Amino acid sequence: MSKVRSAQQAIAAIKDGMTIGIGGWGPRRKPMALVRELLRSECKDLTVVAYGGADVGMLCAAGKVKKVVFAFVSLDFIPLEPYFRRARQNGDIEAMEIDEGMLLLGLRAAAWKIPFIPTRVGLGTDVINLNDDIKVIDSPYDDKAWVAMPALPVDVALLHVDRADARGVCQIKGPDLYMDDWFARAAKTAVVSCDELVETGCFAAGDEARFVFWERSQTDTVVPIAGGAHPTSCTPLYGLDVAHFKEYSALAKEEGFARYLEKYITGKTEAEYQQAVGGLEAIRKLPLPVY
Amino acid sequence: MSTPAKDYSLAELMIVAAAEAFRNDGEVLATGIGLIPRLAASLAMKTFNPDLMMTDSEAFMLSEPNPVSGRRSHEGQRQECWMGFSRIFDTVWSGKRHAMVGPTQIDKYGQANISALGENYHRPKVQMLGVRGFPGNSICHANSFFVPSHSKRVFVQGECDMVASIGYNPARLPKGYRLDDIDIRRVITDLCLMDWQGPKRMLQLLSLHPGISVERVLENTGFEVHIPEYVPVTRAPSEEQLALIRQLDPENWRAKQLRDNPPGDRS
Repeated sequence: MSKVRSAQQAIAAIKDGMTIGIGGWGPRRKPMALVRELLRSECKDLTVVAYGGADVGMLCAAGKVKKVVFAFVSLDFIPLEPYFRRARQNGDIEAMEIDEGMLLLGLRAAAWKIPFIPTRVGLGTDVINLNDDIKVIDSPYDDKAWVAMPALPVDVALLHVDRADARGVCQIKGPDLYMDDWFARAAKTAVVSCDELVETGCFAAGDEARFVFWERSQTDTVVPIAGGAHPTSCTPLYGLDVAHFKEYSALAKEEGFARYLEKYITGKTEAEYQQAVGGLEAIRKLPLPVY
Repeated sequence: MSTPAKDYSLAELMIVAAAEAFRNDGEVLATGIGLIPRLAASLAMKTFNPDLMMTDSEAFMLSEPNPVSGRRSHEGQRQECWMGFSRIFDTVWSGKRHAMVGPTQIDKYGQANISALGENYHRPKVQMLGVRGFPGNSICHANSFFVPSHSKRVFVQGECDMVASIGYNPARLPKGYRLDDIDIRRVITDLCLMDWQGPKRMLQLLSLHPGISVERVLENTGFEVHIPEYVPVTRAPSEEQLALIRQLDPENWRAKQLRDNPPGDRS
């Protein structure tokens, strides 16, 4: 069974009003080529669940987002994501703002098909007061208050990995898989782009299989796109594109996202995008970040 | 066996003072958010609390803190275990962590905000980072606050615009909790050191940095601060501590953290 599709075919699974989970973390290993394809689509009214970076900023700026479920949206070295910031300050989007760990628990609850996971996290804060959907409950075992963190089921998860085979075995060699495994498990449909499409036999060598963090039954679609995380990092293959992020961010103050769309996205294929940012070879030479 | 330094910057004074917050922590994960808190945790681990644990700010726990500047790759860092972001929460929820964070707003209850400013949350005047891990950190483990510019904009008059972390506010205390279940430790600012051990959990002054008056602290704080009868001057760094700080920050990034890089002694 081959799960290999084009980005366009994969993104066609996303319909108006769906909940989209996006893997990665801030400016790290985001499925940006899939996000660009989503930007080119007609989809709207999306709920986006993410440890957010430019993925969230771009989708907000393009008017595709109804609601964001987030703990932060940041480009790290540019702490505040300028387009997300504008969307919030304009009151354009609904916010479900929760703790980073609550987001993880919500994905786990969805993956495990349970309605909630009890936690202390959120007690005594406005996270509880501002989110009517998050209940504080009594415990059958003690006399304390507990936050019942609800499951965060996702219609379609978008993820980017280093390598995958056509059957959906996905490998991440970078130092952190972030919460990608939980996004894959929480989703009805997981779409995974990969820098390299490999033969199944690759995973049999040495300890290669140790870098596979979810089973192929959790992967529905594989989209081979070398450099597909650009401008975010895909350690150890390439670092983040600082200059590109600076330009993206500066445009928020000047001509706005329309100019970014026109220059890099609208009417352009991924190959044309990569040409516009200096080519795949240049992407592969981007230095790895040191924190 | 230490020689008090004569010449030191305010940033260095604050690093040394902030390091003290980790002195009696034992074996916990010390997380310093921002350059000065990270240097403080590193200095504590290199000197009086070698049991502290620290990460490389990415995905590994280290047996030796990494320098904060002058590194070009992760090659050669002293890794001791994998510590990806999902695993950090296992440590957070275990309680074996002390984070030093830099809130945008802090109120009289020790509640803090890094989420959004303004009266209308649904259309904030200023969208900031988001609550990040503040809710979980504040109810699960010890936290200290680092404030590079002590002012009424940070130490706000009323409650924080968005309460991202729990503090000593009886009105928000969850069922089954006591105020003593909350563990807010030190507050390190560019003017002074404080903690929340004043009467009824009031913020209280612990020491004034050289050349700073009680009045200046009060003028720049939006709520009442308990002033004990005797308030010492914050201790100067030792030459040995400064030498270690230079090793941990060979490119002197600490000089760029505070506006105009003031001297430690402003008298």
